[in-house]
Amino acid sequence: MAEKQSKWKVLTNGIIRENPVLRLVLGCCSVLAVTTTVQGAMGMGFAMTFVLIASNVAISAMRKIIPAKVHLPCYIVIIATFVTVVQMVLNAYMPDLYKTLGVYLALIVVNCIILGRAEMFACKNTVVDSALDGVGMGIGYILTMLLMSSIREIIGNGSWMGFQIIPDSIDRMTVMNQDPGGFFIFGVLMALCVWIEKKTNHPIKRGMGGQDFAAATTADADNGKGGAEE
Amino acid sequence: MSAALSAHWATFATIFFSMILVNNYVLVQFLGICPFLGVSKKADSSVGMGLAVIFVMVLATAVTFPIQIFLLDQYDMMYMQTIIFILVIAVLVQLIEIILKRYIPALYRSLGVYLPLITTNCCVLGVTILAVQDYSADVATFGFGIAFAEALICAAGAGVGFLVAMLLFCGVRQRVECANPPESFKGLPITLVAAAITSMSFMGFGGLVENIISAIS
Repeated sequence: MAEKQSKWKVLTNGIIRENPVLRLVLGCCSVLAVTTTVQGAMGMGFAMTFVLIASNVAISAMRKIIPAKVHLPCYIVIIATFVTVVQMVLNAYMPDLYKTLGVYLALIVVNCIILGRAEMFACKNTVVDSALDGVGMGIGYILTMLLMSSIREIIGNGSWMGFQIIPDSIDRMTVMNQDPGGFFIFGVLMALCVWIEKKTNHPIKRGMGGQDFAAATTADADNGKGGAEE
Repeated sequence: MSAALSAHWATFATIFFSMILVNNYVLVQFLGICPFLGVSKKADSSVGMGLAVIFVMVLATAVTFPIQIFLLDQYDMMYMQTIIFILVIAVLVQLIEIILKRYIPALYRSLGVYLPLITTNCCVLGVTILAVQDYSADVATFGFGIAFAEALICAAGAGVGFLVAMLLFCGVRQRVECANPPESFKGLPITLVAAAITSMSFMGFGGLVENIISAIS
């Protein structure tokens, strides 16, 4: 399938057609947790995009020498290395952002988007295509984060990027900035996405919380185990 | 040792119950959303997943906490934390799987399917990192034994909280399935909105546990 795709298609794929958050439903934890402010969400988006591009490039460059049986542990180590790089850089130059993101920065390691792209794309395609795929997926992720954090910050806190938009005389819906708001806005955005799909006649079937990917991983792990026991 | 432990029981109880109700991993801290949405369709699979998560969380914390204190802190290698923890968890999950398959096949049949999914489950890595963050300072004040016990209780509480959230949400979800939402909301969107309402009910527990424990003791 990869040979037929033009570079432009690979790049734009992640933005709308295979938007990782709203259409593939991968990596929802970070989307729900750090979208309370636009700044935090953007920091997370760029950290995520960097790790996505770097690990996609590294994995596709090494796709011929990584043994199939231990490919998942290899991917995890590669991803963890880049996450550590991001952690060290942010800790040194942007300590405030580092504190805001907290444990979710380290949790990029287990974010299904990155492992999913490694498994679905980077291990079968060339370095350039994988890098473009990483860029596209990253942009898709950042745009979704921007949309969701804007809604949550404007409604919940009355500000955008720290600037006050809604006057003090209007009460804030603080719940949007708290945990239930995350689930609620995500659900509404996804419903909107489904509605647009219906209007444009491109409906897709969504897996429940990356379930299909999880099932694929289970099958892989079982194969690897069967091999190890022989 | 036992005197020291009994002096700390209030702290232990506070940690355990606040991990279940106030700091619930799924509904308040957004860790482990994927299995929460994916596996909570049936009651028996949510119980299986929940038990497997409790098991792995406690074991993973039992292994990673000493590693952090005696290796990473000792030799100033904090930056290796993420890499080492995820590798330890991956190896541990494989090991548990092999041991269960060999010696306790009955348990393996009920929990086995969920084990591979747990490696990439953010709540396990999350609990090991958060336990180190919150309780490694206690090593200096109370000694390693107490700090280690606190970390383990925190992990167990987090696991039980995960199970509670899964079971509660499973019940909510069965009602949602029978309902007839607008066309666009069918499936995942209405499930997320239901999760929002479940999460809102957990907000009511804020500050509850500390007050009860301090009232008793």
